[in-house]
Amino acid sequence: MERKTLAAAAAIGILAAGLAMPAEAKTRIDLWYGLKGYLGKQVMKVCERFNAAQDEYEIVCTGKGNYDQALQAGIAAYRAKKHPHILQGVETATGTLMLSGAIYPAYQLMADAGYDVDWSDYIGSIMSYYASSDGKLYSFPFNSSTPVMYYNIDMYEKAGIAGPAETWEQFEENLRTLKASGAACPIAFSTYLWVHLEQFSYMHGEPISTRNNGFDGLDAELVFNKTSYVKHVERLKRWYDEKLGSYAKELFGVGTRESFATGKCGHYFGSIASHGTVLKSAKMNWDVAPLPHNEGVTPNNTVVGGASFWILKGFDEAEYKGVAAFFDFIRSVESQEFWSTVTGYVPTTRSGYDALVAKGFYKQKEYAGREVAIESLARTPPTPLSRGLRLGYFRQIKKIIGDELEQMLAGKKTAQEALDNAVKRGNEQLRRFEKQYEGQSLP
Amino acid sequence: MIKRVLFRNRLLPYLLILPEVLIVFVFFYWPSAKALFWSFTLEPPFGGVARWVGLDNFRELFSSPEYYESAGITLIFAFWTTAISMGLALLLAIFVDRVIRGLVVYRTVLMWPYAVAAPAAAVAFQFIFQPGVGFFAFLNDIWPGIWDPNIVGADAMLMVIIAASWKSITYNFIFFLAGLQTIPRTFVEAAALDGAGPIRRFITIVFPLLSPTFFFLLVINVTDSFTEGFGIINVMTQGGPGGATNILVYKIYQDGFIGLDLSGSSAQSVVLMGLVIVLTFIQFKWIERRIHYAE
Repeated sequence: MERKTLAAAAAIGILAAGLAMPAEAKTRIDLWYGLKGYLGKQVMKVCERFNAAQDEYEIVCTGKGNYDQALQAGIAAYRAKKHPHILQGVETATGTLMLSGAIYPAYQLMADAGYDVDWSDYIGSIMSYYASSDGKLYSFPFNSSTPVMYYNIDMYEKAGIAGPAETWEQFEENLRTLKASGAACPIAFSTYLWVHLEQFSYMHGEPISTRNNGFDGLDAELVFNKTSYVKHVERLKRWYDEKLGSYAKELFGVGTRESFATGKCGHYFGSIASHGTVLKSAKMNWDVAPLPHNEGVTPNNTVVGGASFWILKGFDEAEYKGVAAFFDFIRSVESQEFWSTVTGYVPTTRSGYDALVAKGFYKQKEYAGREVAIESLARTPPTPLSRGLRLGYFRQIKKIIGDELEQMLAGKKTAQEALDNAVKRGNEQLRRFEKQYEGQSLP
Repeated sequence: MIKRVLFRNRLLPYLLILPEVLIVFVFFYWPSAKALFWSFTLEPPFGGVARWVGLDNFRELFSSPEYYESAGITLIFAFWTTAISMGLALLLAIFVDRVIRGLVVYRTVLMWPYAVAAPAAAVAFQFIFQPGVGFFAFLNDIWPGIWDPNIVGADAMLMVIIAASWKSITYNFIFFLAGLQTIPRTFVEAAALDGAGPIRRFITIVFPLLSPTFFFLLVINVTDSFTEGFGIINVMTQGGPGGATNILVYKIYQDGFIGLDLSGSSAQSVVLMGLVIVLTFIQFKWIERRIHYAE
């Protein structure tokens, strides 16, 4: 008797669930991203806009913390076969993701889903970071930025400095002039490798590692202890020793950006993506300028940073059609415009950039300055040494370099000693990575 | 006197401990076994075929000077955290044990920090120790540049030791106080009548009677400081500056979860597990002999 009742109840339950479903269910697409706060909210808006623009698919976007945490979550889920269709991956994880065996390449997805994409519309230096050596896109660039120099115009005027420095030599002089004029903190800085190692090397056409910064093979070896980066690191040490600024770690409450935006410090180097954030809190006159370069050097382009969307394996064709539709949507001029306007990230396509220019976007008061990033990305066509970086375990290698540089700042090592040891320890990581993927090669 | 309860049903006791055994198996033995297996392979982050590499992971570990450095840092951290937290807890417990009025208030207030989660405590301490605006900024006003845990390794180490000790003082305090309260007043009073001062009474009577509690806390604290420092360090220093607070357990997290080197990090876990086992063994072997258990 009791069993019958239960069975009946279950049947009713199933029936009810069936009725509650709409006649034509939308195909669900999952996306996990690694941006927090204001930027995370804007990712959600992109997803909402996609859902509103069509009614075949429903994309469900979920924030998984920061980039590291999103990647960890994605990996754990993939191992448990509960992964999303799309995972946002930070640029330093590109090599790991390409070799993971878990990826459905972007160019293939679009071809299989029947889209005829004009790949040349993607901005060259952005595309090349996420493409295979024969130029095929592996993941979709999404939030793309490049670093610039933020400077405080009010402090410049008080010290009588005409404008932002073009060379590092002049920049250092400016810091001293600012200090002499009574500025307590001419710069908020850290060893920020994205600016001081990576972009510095790309701009000066100097290698970070052999094998064209790792693009040509997993047997690459680090060489940045033999380039003018050593001199640059000594420069950072001088800023620290001469107290030309405050050494600010993100970790310790107030990072470089906050130190600048509150008007306390005269400069900071950071992503153009922060343009909107600084704009909201800064009370002083400020602007952005391209990163300086060494005297007597014609600088190359800078390289994109940020993250891209990777498509994970393991779903059926119908779902991948929805994934392709989403990517077709975010590369549309309209979506590119939206994303760049609300965040400060650069458009990833030429058509998106042209549309913004045509609208007079970069002439509007609150957005003026953002073109500096695009100009510095497109300064020269990418050379083999300014295409980006494809080194395994690069996240760990960055940690190692950072540790060594801190020991240098603390006076325990000279710049050369610190970098020599960083190269030695970093190469051990590269060899480990090579052994892990023995017999495989980067696409 | 030992109480014995006999179960009539032979199966029942096993059934009763089954949930506990399952939990321990799922959350301890299974991951440990997996870590042991991974430490002999190269496990790709996204899964797939792991390559057997024998002892390579361990060989690389033991040939890395940074690993020994990290082990040394761990010992310093463990020693000072244990010494400070147990020392201060014992002192506080002795004071509270002598309090006549307001005992409940003192006891309750002194237990509160135990309820604060490590990352939350770390955030508070981070503010206190911040060189620019924190409580410690006054030091820099008097002697500019004397306090800078951003760059100076020793400062950072001091900072995490203080935070970690503060966190476990209360736990130790509860046990010490309970231990002190089981010591019969008559012993202490008799010694006082014989003319022994408070210090003498503590050394010859109170401490020996407290030694089982002391030993228990020593084992727990040493083990804890090897593994529990993580929450504090992850928030306050992330192993920096320049690796100065990179204790073994944080290095495992850093290499495994951030760096995605699952096998290298597993090898480190296996070594750490061995180290904790050895240390615990030493404590039981050498120190427990001197412990006087009452009853």
